[in-house]
Parts: sequence; structure tokens; C-alpha cells
Amino acid sequence: MKFTLNVWRQNGPQDKGRMETYQVDQVSDDMSFLEMIDVLNEQLIHQNIDPVVFDHDCREGICGMCSMFINGEAHGPGRGVTTCQLHMREFSDGDTITIEPFRAKAFPIIKDLMVDRSAFDRIIQAGGFVSVNTSGNLPDANATRIEKSHADAAFDAATCIGCGACVATCKNASAMLFTSAKVSQFALLPQGQVEASERVLHMVNQMDLEGFGNCTNTGACEVECPKGISIENIARMNREYLSVSLTTK
Amino acid sequence: MSTSRGLFGTSLARKYWMALTGLFLCSFLVVHLLGNLPLLTGNQEAFNAYAHFMTTFPLIKAVSYLLYASILLHSIDGLVLARQNMAARPAGYVKYNGAANANWSSRNMALLGTITLLFLIIHLKSFWFEMHFGFVPNWTDAEGNLYKDLYTITVAAFQQTWYALFYVVAMLGLGLHLWHGFASAFQTMGWSHPRYTPMIKALGYGFAIMVPLLFASIPLYILLT
Repeated sequence: MKFTLNVWRQNGPQDKGRMETYQVDQVSDDMSFLEMIDVLNEQLIHQNIDPVVFDHDCREGICGMCSMFINGEAHGPGRGVTTCQLHMREFSDGDTITIEPFRAKAFPIIKDLMVDRSAFDRIIQAGGFVSVNTSGNLPDANATRIEKSHADAAFDAATCIGCGACVATCKNASAMLFTSAKVSQFALLPQGQVEASERVLHMVNQMDLEGFGNCTNTGACEVECPKGISIENIARMNREYLSVSLTTK
Repeated sequence: MSTSRGLFGTSLARKYWMALTGLFLCSFLVVHLLGNLPLLTGNQEAFNAYAHFMTTFPLIKAVSYLLYASILLHSIDGLVLARQNMAARPAGYVKYNGAANANWSSRNMALLGTITLLFLIIHLKSFWFEMHFGFVPNWTDAEGNLYKDLYTITVAAFQQTWYALFYVVAMLGLGLHLWHGFASAFQTMGWSHPRYTPMIKALGYGFAIMVPLLFASIPLYILLT
């Protein structure tokens, strides 16, 4: 397969950046999108051009590292997949593909397609944990009974890999889906409920401080989320935050 | 818990106010529509009596201040949120396929809200301002009660083709705003439930079609008869 690639090139955070056009051929339809970029970079190195910088790690859809905004969508046109799970057979031979970094004020570009998503880490540091002592005489895990539907909903929320597709997709660059998933995975379980009030306040405050936009409930985030995180989590966080705001001193 | 900023200032707080004022304005639409339906039957007496009641009854007067405050808060809060949202992505995408994952009205609430606000300003100037501060001729009903004849002013306004058509277009904008806004307000307040959310969505779509359609039928009816 052959493709024309319009790729965002930006030398560093201060550089203005521009689109560059490259041709790639000898692409197999079984290649993942990242492998296609590997082919492009191989070609660029031979031409003495700086290879395209992009984030990647596990290449099996679980680490949340690969990003890329492909043809106007986070992780490209596939549903429920990350960029490493997007295969070139999803495209037609001869297609022109536009590749950009995830864009948000809170996700500054490091170089080319690589962005700094540590704003997410700071949201987690603000309250996305359970502060219990993990040494000593812990009760048996199965001794705490949890309703199946709650356990399932908490697990679904916890499948968020923190890739940032929700922010990249949202027309407002809002981090509500990520933050609400992290709030929900704890709020639904007894271990997390002890600190639930502080958690939701701290995490929402940090989310605001990072400069993410506000939620307009378009639902685009849940469509593009590679893990299918539901916006029901956003409703849950809104509910929690409202009741905590009304009841704290 | 010193980090609580209460119900002001945070992104979520601004959204709660948007949702609450939005739902209050929806309830106003219903009352306003019911009061204006006599225009469809040409009932001058019922309409003028309604207009008189709405401008003089003390409870309605009190609620009307809440209404003005809601319109202002919804507009200003919406503007602040829209500006923050634009600032959250200073460099836009070269290619952005918004239609792939969200419907048009949900992506254009600020635009649709602005159209609705512009309509509202013109609408208030035409009727509310004239009723309160302008000149409206007097009218006496069968029992000799003196009213302002808002009915004649309204019918005269809608007999102008451009003015009637402007209302129809504005109601289309309002309908699209409500198409997303109604159910969105419930989601923002966290009033979400697997059993009730589909009903709220269906109610919202019905509301977004019926209310603007009935409103638009008034100028069209007057224009065509």
C-alpha cells in the first residue's frame, strides 16, 4: 500500500510548527499505524531528515502512551482502539492521511507528535489514590462484600489507561472523562469511600488548575475512548462534587 | 476541608448554574407558550387579559425578576465558559472531524445560544419594552375593564413578512439549542440513571421539537390569515 502523509513537525515547545508531506510505500495492510510510522522514519533517516518523534510503548493497547490525532480523530477512525491497534487495512491504498499531535493547552507539545501529559499525573497526585497502610495485618480481600454491579462499574472505570484521547477529542479540551473515571473507580468501592469527599474536590480543583476546558456533554469523549469509558462517570462525578460542595464546611 | 470553593468559581459550579438556569428557562417557555396560544384562536380578550395579569400580578412580578436574573446568568456564564473552552486549546487542529463523534447542536451551543439571545433582545424590544415603557393603545373588554391592547400590536408586528420569518428562523435556533441542552442539563447536575436517562432524553427531544414549533406557528398563522 502507498500513502501520502501530512505530518505535523515541530522542533520543540517554542517552535511554531508546520505540516510536512511525505510519501510512504511498501506498507503492508497488516501493519499497525505505528509500524507504518516506523517505515516512514526508516525512510527519513536514509534521506538525512530528522525522524518523526512520537510516543509509544507496549504496542498492545494497554499502556496509553501512543497518541496521535489521525484524520481528525484521536487514535484515528477505529473505535475502541489505540493507535498501535489501528491497522493500515482500515485505510485505502493511495489515501492521504493527516497526522497531528493531541492538542490542548494542558498537553504542551514536546516535539512533533509527542505531547506532555503529566497534567494527568498531577490530577492523580491530587487525590486518585487510597491512603491506607499496606503492611501489617490486612483483612482478607474477600471479607469485604461488594455488590457485583458496583464492582463491575468500578472495574469499568478503572480500565481507563490515561491516554488523553478524551481531552484530544473534546472540542473544549476537557479532562472530565479521565478525572471522572479516576474518581468513580474509588467512589464505588468501600475502600475508596472513606476519602471520597476530599478526593473529588482535590481532583476537580487540580483539573481546573491545569487549564483543561469545561464539559459540554457532547459525548465525543466516550465515542473516541479506546477503553469505552462511559460519560455516566461524568454524571457520577458531577453528583459527588455537588453534594460535597453543598455539605462541606 | 479548605479546598472547597463551594458553588462558585470552579468549572463544575459554573456548569451547575448553566443547567439550573437553563431548566428554569425551559419552564418559562412552557408558561409563555400557554399564555400566547390565544393568539392562534384570535381571542383578543384572553390574550389582553393574560398580558395584563403577567404585568401586574405580584407573584408573577417577583418570578419575573428571577427570570431576568436567569437570562443574564445563563448568558454571562455561557460566555465565560465558552471563552475558557477556547483558551483550553489555543492552537487548533488542521483537521478536526467533529461530526464523527458528536451531533452538530451539541458542538454549537454557544453559537445557538447567541442567536437565541439576539432574538430575545429584539423580541423584548418589540413587546416587553413597548408594554412596560412604550406606547400601547388602550382597550376595553365587554365588562368595561381597561387593558393595554397588546393583541393589536402583536398581530400588526407578525403581519410583516420579514418579522414573522425572523421568528421562525429564531425558533429553529432555539429548537437546536434545546435538542442538546435539555438532557445535557440533567447530565450536568448528575441526575443520571439507566432507567430514567433514556426517558429524559426522549422528553428533551420532544420538548425541543414541540415548543419551538408551536411558538413558530403563531407568527406564521397571523401572517397567513
